Amino acid sequence: MLAGAPQYLVSGLTQGAAYGLIGLGFTMIFNTTGIINFAQGEFVMLGGMLSVAFLGLGLPLPVAVLAACLATAVVGALMERLTIRPLAGAPAINAVIITIGVSILLRGGAMLAFGKDTVALPAFSGVKPILALGAAIQPQSLWVLAVTLALLAALKLYFSATIQGKAMLACACQKKAASLVGISVARMALLSFGISGLIGAAAGAILAPITMTAYDVGMMLGLKGFAACILGGLGSPFGAAAGGLVLGVLEAFGAGYVSSGYKDAFAFIVLLLLLFVKPSGLFGKAGVDRV
Amino acid sequence: MKRPLLGRAIVQAGLFLALLLAVPYVLPNDYYLSICILGCLSAIIAVGLNLLMGYAGQISLGHAAFYGIGAYVTAICTTRLGLPIPVGMAAGVGLSMVVAWVMAEPILKLKGHYLAMATLGFGIIVAIVFNEAVDVTGGPSGFVGIPRLSLGGFAFDSDRSYYNLVAVVLSLVVLASLNLMRSRTGRALRALHVSEKAAASLGIDIAAHKRFVFVLSAGLAGLAGVLYAHYLSFVAPASFGFGFSVQLVVMVVLGGMANVWGSVVGALFLTALPEALREFEDIDILVYGAILVLTIMYLPDGLTGGLGRLFRKLRRVGKGAAR
Repeated sequence: MLAGAPQYLVSGLTQGAAYGLIGLGFTMIFNTTGIINFAQGEFVMLGGMLSVAFLGLGLPLPVAVLAACLATAVVGALMERLTIRPLAGAPAINAVIITIGVSILLRGGAMLAFGKDTVALPAFSGVKPILALGAAIQPQSLWVLAVTLALLAALKLYFSATIQGKAMLACACQKKAASLVGISVARMALLSFGISGLIGAAAGAILAPITMTAYDVGMMLGLKGFAACILGGLGSPFGAAAGGLVLGVLEAFGAGYVSSGYKDAFAFIVLLLLLFVKPSGLFGKAGVDRV
Repeated sequence: MKRPLLGRAIVQAGLFLALLLAVPYVLPNDYYLSICILGCLSAIIAVGLNLLMGYAGQISLGHAAFYGIGAYVTAICTTRLGLPIPVGMAAGVGLSMVVAWVMAEPILKLKGHYLAMATLGFGIIVAIVFNEAVDVTGGPSGFVGIPRLSLGGFAFDSDRSYYNLVAVVLSLVVLASLNLMRSRTGRALRALHVSEKAAASLGIDIAAHKRFVFVLSAGLAGLAGVLYAHYLSFVAPASFGFGFSVQLVVMVVLGGMANVWGSVVGALFLTALPEALREFEDIDILVYGAILVLTIMYLPDGLTGGLGRLFRKLRRVGKGAAR
């Protein structure tokens, strides 16, 4: 019965770490702007596809991945500058529809630029599995976990030790108060979209050697990331990361023990049940309504 | 209480029906008629979704699921179970409403992004079931052999007759919605949109009103679903996925929130747009995305809101010129 458990745990944690990173991207933007960015999945797709494209241009793998992440960060910042900022003051639902429109644009652009084929990125350090505790661990899985932890630590440091990070937290807490003490809320929004693009692209690049990538993988990955941050409690970066891991592990065990066809359904059923019992997510604080 | 606006709603819906019925006479061929049918079906769902979203302020990112439940239930009833078509249709609409009734209690307690996520999750679960329950739904390759619609001895077997039927149904839905929103219930829904606590303090039963409008909008989606199944005589899971749920929300917002006509305009516009962009071949998706972004950026209150402003501006300019 428990035969596959260690293996499922490893693949669940790998996939889940990537979901967590994607959820982290959602959280960055949500915290400064209050918008759920439906183009987040497209950032992930761009991370993978651009890495493959840069590699094809002859760049070494690490440079290609880094370039892809930076390019996606620029895409994120441009998106904020061109489509979100002019919208200031409009209802949040309009901004969400804009992000849906941008996701269609990015997907269409990627299809034209890179074609419709599914492509793979080579594993960062070989494919010889490491055997441990009855599970075969792909070296790439370790990369995924390591990069996720590194990015989490970097963000933690950024928020707690830099002025800019603290300014961003202030925006998340109270926009008006933040601007009163001289923080440029608009610049923080721009920055959050850039960082979000970077994180999303990193998730896409580290996941691409395991799951392959194509111009249309963004939607499902984006949904999983959204699910991860709702599961963890919207607005909390560490909740998003934890939510991602929980989601990934649930999915892997569901696929292994129940049915692989219902893999995605399994994760969402658990999410629904959790929301029904605890409407603010695992680590979310219950909000206070103003009348 | 006197309802002076009822008469106006009947006139508006009547004119709308006349307009819809005139459309086939100006269309070059039947291909466009089938797009019109699909546009009207989307409009039926969008009007229902707007009651939920625009008026009562409760977002649903899973409405395609109710559309699919309607379509699959009538498909199964009329083929596998050999039931008469009206029974299948009633079962399709009925079951989507029952599912909504059951879901309403836990799901509508959630707010904002959590509600969006929960409805999204529900929609995805249902879509996966359509895909995976191969014995019941035919799986990814779809369900074939659904009978074309015939009611009371009259067979709606041509696109023209089916279009007329769908146009009548859409007009009735619009009429009913216009009236509902002018009723006591409609005002209660708007009140709870603004502030649930304030509405509750006025004695409005928040939970009951939310449930009512959720079940109603699910029923309308189910109605569109059964009409869709008996029109195409074939259904496949791809039509009822997350993508279509999102598109329905876009129809409502793009058309103009809390405006029944807005949803109709949004649905027809978004159904026609991909067809109009056909000639752009591969870049059509880029143009589609760009139009979506630009429309929302420059018409924040939707197509109908934008048209209204343009109209008022023109009138002001006209008056100025006359003086």
